[in-house]
Amino acid sequence: MSDIIRLTTPLSDSDVGELKAGDQVLINGIVYTARDAAHKRLIDLLDQGKELPFDISGQIIYYVGPAPARPGKVIGPAGPTTSYRMDPYAPGLMERGLKGMIGKGSRSGEVIGAMKRYRCVYFAAIGGAAALIARSIKKVDIIAYEDLGTEAIRRLEVEDFKAVVVNDIHGNDLYKDGKERYCRE
Amino acid sequence: MREINVKEITEAVKNLCMDANYELGDDVMTAFRRGLETEESPAGRGVFEALIENAEIARNERIPICQDTGFAVFFVELGQDVHIVDGLLTDAINEGVRQGYSEGYLRKSICDPFTRKNTGDNTPAVININLVSGDRLKIIAAPKGGGSTNMSRVTMLKPADGIEGIKNYVVQRAIEAGSNPCPPVIIGVGIGGTLEWAPLIAKKALLRPLGTTNPDPQLAEIEGDILKRINDTGIGPQGFGGRIYAMGVHIEKFPCHIASLPLAVNICCHASRHKEIIL
Ligand code: SF4
Repeated sequence: MSDIIRLTTPLSDSDVGELKAGDQVLINGIVYTARDAAHKRLIDLLDQGKELPFDISGQIIYYVGPAPARPGKVIGPAGPTTSYRMDPYAPGLMERGLKGMIGKGSRSGEVIGAMKRYRCVYFAAIGGAAALIARSIKKVDIIAYEDLGTEAIRRLEVEDFKAVVVNDIHGNDLYKDGKERYCRE
Repeated sequence: MREINVKEITEAVKNLCMDANYELGDDVMTAFRRGLETEESPAGRGVFEALIENAEIARNERIPICQDTGFAVFFVELGQDVHIVDGLLTDAINEGVRQGYSEGYLRKSICDPFTRKNTGDNTPAVININLVSGDRLKIIAAPKGGGSTNMSRVTMLKPADGIEGIKNYVVQRAIEAGSNPCPPVIIGVGIGGTLEWAPLIAKKALLRPLGTTNPDPQLAEIEGDILKRINDTGIGPQGFGGRIYAMGVHIEKFPCHIASLPLAVNICCHASRHKEIIL
C-alpha cells in the first residue's frame, strides 16, 4: 500500500484520476451526508427537472446516518453505512458532477461503470469505527430534509478523515485485489 | 411468589440498552488484540488497530461503538415463581428502550416497512420470552445493526445435503456478504428446528462468548472447519484482503422434522453487543 494522500474537496478530475485502489487518503474540507431516504428525494428532484439542494459538482457524499450528539459534541458516532443500497441512485448523481462516495461494501457493476464514465471514486471508511471517525468531523450543518432525522443531508467539515480507495476510475477494485492476494483456496 | 415491579424492569432495560452500545465485551476486545497480532495484511492490522481505539473511545466517552445502535432485541428468562406487578413485562421493556435510546443518545433506527416513517423512539423491541424455573428474571439485551442483518439468511436444505451442504452454504453466504457486514464478523449458525426456530437459535449462538469452544465436539469440529474455509477466502478485515474475515463461527443445533433441514446464518458484525442483568 502506498503513502497517505491528502485530498481537499471539491475534487477535480485530475485529483480523481491520480487515485488508485488501495490508496489511503485523508480527506479535508466539505463532505455531504446522504443515505437511503435522502438519495430517493435527490433523485426525485432530478427526475422532476429541479435543482439539488446543494452544488454537487466536485463533491463527496458520505453514506452515513449519525447517532445523536451528546451535549458539547458536534456529532455523534458516524461510521459508514452499506453502500449497495445507494447503487440505484449513484449514477444519476455522478452525472451531475459527484466526484466521490464514502461508504462500505461493494458496488454494482453498473455503478463501477458509471464511475469510470463520469470520473468518480469510491472510498471505504472503516465500518463500525463510528466513535473514532466522529473525531475527524469538526462542524455539522443540516442543509436539507431535517424531517428525516438521522437521514437528513448534513454538510460536514472534516479534517484528515481517513478512507481507502476501493474503486478508482481505472477499473481497479481493492475488494477483488485484496481477496486475491490473501486467498488460500 | 416473588414480586418484581415493572419500574425496576424499565430501569434495568434502559441501562442495558446504553451499556450494550457503549461497552464492547472483553471477549471481542481480546479477539481484536489477537487479530492485531496475527493478521498478515497491513491493511487488516490497521482495521484491528482502529477498532480497538474506537471501542476505547466509546467506553470512555459513553458514546455508542457504532452509529447503528440497532434493533433492540431481548432474550428474557422469566422464572415461573416471579410475579410481575404494576404492568406488563413487554410494556416495561419497551419503555426501557424508549428511555435508553433517548437519554443515551442512541440512534433511532426503526421505521414502518411501507412508509419508512421512523417510530421515533426505537420501539417496538423484539422480545423473546422463555419460562424457566426459579424466582429470578434474566434479561439479555442484544441490539443488532441493519448492515449485518441484511447479509443474514435462512434456508431450507434437503436432508440429503447433510453436514457438507450446511458447511458449503455458510461459507458461500460469507463470500457473498463480503465487505458489507463490517468484517471481522462472528457467524451464528442455527441448524434444525423449524422455519422460525432456526434463526432464533442462530441468534442465540451469537451470545456465546467469542473464543469459547462449543461443548458438543462434533459442532466444535464443524465450527473450526467453516471458520478455516471462510478465512482462507482472503476477504479479510473490512474486505481489504487478509486472513481474518470471521473471528468465530458459533453453531446451535436442534432436532428437526424428518422431511427438512432448516439452516439459518446470522452474520454479526464486530460490534457484537450484548449485556445481561438478573433481577
Ligand atoms: S454492520 Fe455492525 S458495525 Fe457495521 S454499521 Fe452496522 S451495526 Fe455498525
